[in-house]
Amino acid sequence: MKLEENLRRRRENKEILLMTHLVLGYPDFDTNREVIAQMVENGVDSIELQIPFSEPVADGPVILKASQESLDHGTKVSDCINFAKEMVEKWDIPFLFMTYYNIVFKYGEEAFFKKCAEIGITGVIVPDIPPEMGGSFYQFAEQYGISPVLIFAPTSSDERMEITGKCSRGFVYCVPRKGVTGAKSEFGDGLTQYLVRCRKHTSLLLGVGFGIESRANVEALIGKADIAIIGSKTIKLVDEKGAASVGPFIRQLLGEK
Amino acid sequence: MNPPTEDGHYGRWGGSYVPEVLHDTFKRLKEDFAAAKADPDFWREYVELMSTYSCRPTPLTFAENLTRHFGGAKIYIKREDLNHTGAHKANNVIGQGLLVKRMGKTRVIAETGAGQHGVATATMAAKFGFECTVYMGEVDVLRQRPNVFWMEKLGAKVVPVTDGSRILKDAINEAFRDWVTNMDNTHYVLGTACGPAPFPEMVSWFQSIIGIEARKQILHYHHTLPARVYACVGGGSNAMGIFQGFLDDDNVELVGVEAGGHGLSTGKHASRLCSDDASPGMAQGYKTMFLQNSDGQMLETHSVSAGLDYVGVSPILANLNDQKRVRFESATDVEVIEALNLTMKKEGIIPALESSHAFVQAFKEAPGLPKDSAIIINQSGRGDKDIFTIAHALKDPSWKEFIINEAREYQQGESK
Ligand SMILES: Cc1ncc(COP(=O)(O)O)c(C=O)c1O
Repeated sequence: MKLEENLRRRRENKEILLMTHLVLGYPDFDTNREVIAQMVENGVDSIELQIPFSEPVADGPVILKASQESLDHGTKVSDCINFAKEMVEKWDIPFLFMTYYNIVFKYGEEAFFKKCAEIGITGVIVPDIPPEMGGSFYQFAEQYGISPVLIFAPTSSDERMEITGKCSRGFVYCVPRKGVTGAKSEFGDGLTQYLVRCRKHTSLLLGVGFGIESRANVEALIGKADIAIIGSKTIKLVDEKGAASVGPFIRQLLGEK
Repeated sequence: MNPPTEDGHYGRWGGSYVPEVLHDTFKRLKEDFAAAKADPDFWREYVELMSTYSCRPTPLTFAENLTRHFGGAKIYIKREDLNHTGAHKANNVIGQGLLVKRMGKTRVIAETGAGQHGVATATMAAKFGFECTVYMGEVDVLRQRPNVFWMEKLGAKVVPVTDGSRILKDAINEAFRDWVTNMDNTHYVLGTACGPAPFPEMVSWFQSIIGIEARKQILHYHHTLPARVYACVGGGSNAMGIFQGFLDDDNVELVGVEAGGHGLSTGKHASRLCSDDASPGMAQGYKTMFLQNSDGQMLETHSVSAGLDYVGVSPILANLNDQKRVRFESATDVEVIEALNLTMKKEGIIPALESSHAFVQAFKEAPGLPKDSAIIINQSGRGDKDIFTIAHALKDPSWKEFIINEAREYQQGESK
C-alpha cells in the first residue's frame, strides 16, 4: 500500500511523524492553500483533508463549526475533490480524506475510491463505517489501492483491536480518550499503557490524535507511537492568528526554534 | 414482525454504524436488551408499571360525531394522549428506564423535538432516581416552551442545541457527543424507532403495547378487524407501536402520515417516504431514506409539529414501505390545523399537532369506506403542549391579548 510505504520510509529517519488536518472550504479554499503550504514547507509528513458533512457526530465544537460554515457558503464534494487533486499535484506528501460514510455512500463507494486513486489520495479516515458494516466499502478500498485507516479507542477490547487492526491499512488511528475531537487529552501513564496495548494488536504504525496541542504532547508520544496527529488546534490557530501562524507552530511542534 | 438480521438490518435499511469508542457500549446494550426481551418477567413488570404509573391500557374511543359527520367508516381513536405525560413517548421511556436499572447505569440523556420525549424521560429519571440531561434544538426550545419548563421542574438539565438547523436531528447528534464521553454511567434513551441497532427494534418493542391493546379493543367493540389504521410518522415509534398489532392481518391496511409542511412541491416539509426529495443514506448510525442533497448533506426540514420535523425515518418503516405493507401519505400544516379544529369541536378531544396528521388522512378516506367498516387513528399525544403554536395558527384574539397582558405584567414587575 502506498500510504504505509510512504509513512514507513519517512519514519526511518525521524523519531515521530507529524500529521495535520484541516476542514476543506473553511474559512475558504484560498486559506486552505496557504495553510497547506505552511504545513508542508515546515515539515509536516502527511495531511488529512476533511470533506465537510452536515452531521459530524464524532467531532467537537471547533470542527463542527468549521464544517457547518464551509457548507453554509456552498462547499461541494466536487470542490473538495478538485482541491485535493491540486494539492496532491503540488506537494510531495501523502494526502488523506477524512469524512463521514454518507458522503462516500452518496458519491458511490466504487466511484469514490476510483476517484481517490485517480487524483492520488492515498488513504481515507471514515469514523462511522465499522468493519462489520463495511463489506463493500473495504473491498473497493482494497481494489483501488486506497488505505482505509481504522480507529482504536480506549474502550476497544483486545478482541476488537484484533479485528479493526486487521482491517486497517496505512496506520491505525489511536484515539487516546473518550469523547469527541477538540478537547484536551491526558498524556500520562494511562496513555502509555494504552499505547502498549495498541502496539500488541497491530504491526501497523500507530497514529495518535485528539487534543495534541504542544511540543510537550508530541514529545510524550516519542517511542510509544509513530505519528502525532494535530486536528482542532490548527483550525483555532488560523481563526485567531491567520494562516501565516501555522508555520511557526509546526516548527515548534517539531522541536525547532 | 420479522426480527432484524444479526447486524441490525431490515431489508436494505438499518444497521449499526457506530463510532469505535461506542462499539463495546452497543455490544453490551444488544446483549442486555436481548436478555430482557427473552425474560417474560421483564415484560410483565413493564406492563404492570404502565398500568399503575401510567394509564394503560389506554382507551379506544368511538368517535361517534366524527363518524356521523363523514358518513363512512366508523372512526375509532386510540388514546395514547391519556398516557402519563400525555403521549406514547412514555411507553418507550419507562421500558428503557427498566432496562437502565438492569444495566446498573445512573444517568440518562435524551434528545427531544416536541419536548414530549424529553418530558417523559425527565419524568422517568425522577421516578427511578437517575440524573438526566435533555438535548433540544434551539428552534424547538422556542416553539415548545411549556415542555422546557416542565423538564426543568422535573429536575432535568435542558441543553439548547445551537448547531446545524437547531432541531431534532441536531439534538440527536449532540446526545451522541455526550454519550461517546460518558458511556460508562450513562444510557442514551433514544426517543424513536431510529438510530443504530438495537434502538429501532427496542423502541418498537416497547411501543408494541399500543397495537396489542388496540387489536383486542377493536375486536371487542367492533367484532372484526379495522379496514385501515392511521398513524403519524416522525421517527416512526407510535406508528410502529400500533402497526405491530395488525402487521400479520393482510386485510388491514396500514397508513403512515408524514409531515407535508407547506406542501411537498415547496421543499418545505419532512416527508421521507412519500416525497421525491429523499434518497437512501446513512446518518446518525443507521441507513434509511433521508432528506438530503445530491452530495449527502442533510436538508432543512419543516413542519408545524416539532415532533415530525426530522430528516430520517425508522428503517423498519422504510422496509415496510419497500414491501408495500404500509402506505405513506402526507398532511400539510394547514390541513393539520383544520383537522385539529374539527376534532376538538366534534369530540372534545385535543390531539397533538403531530397526531393531527393521522387525523387528516383518516378524514380524507373515511367517507369512501363502507359504513359497517371501522378505522383506527392513533392519537399519539395530547395537544395542550402546543397551546402557543395552535393559538397562534388559529389567530385567536383573546389568547393574543392574554399573552400581551402577561408580558406587560412581567415587564412592570421587573422594573419595580
Ligand atoms: C405526540 C407525538 N406524536 C408523534 C411524535 C413523532 O414521533 P414518532 O414518529 O416516533 O412517533 C412525537 C414526537 O415527538 C410526539 O410528541
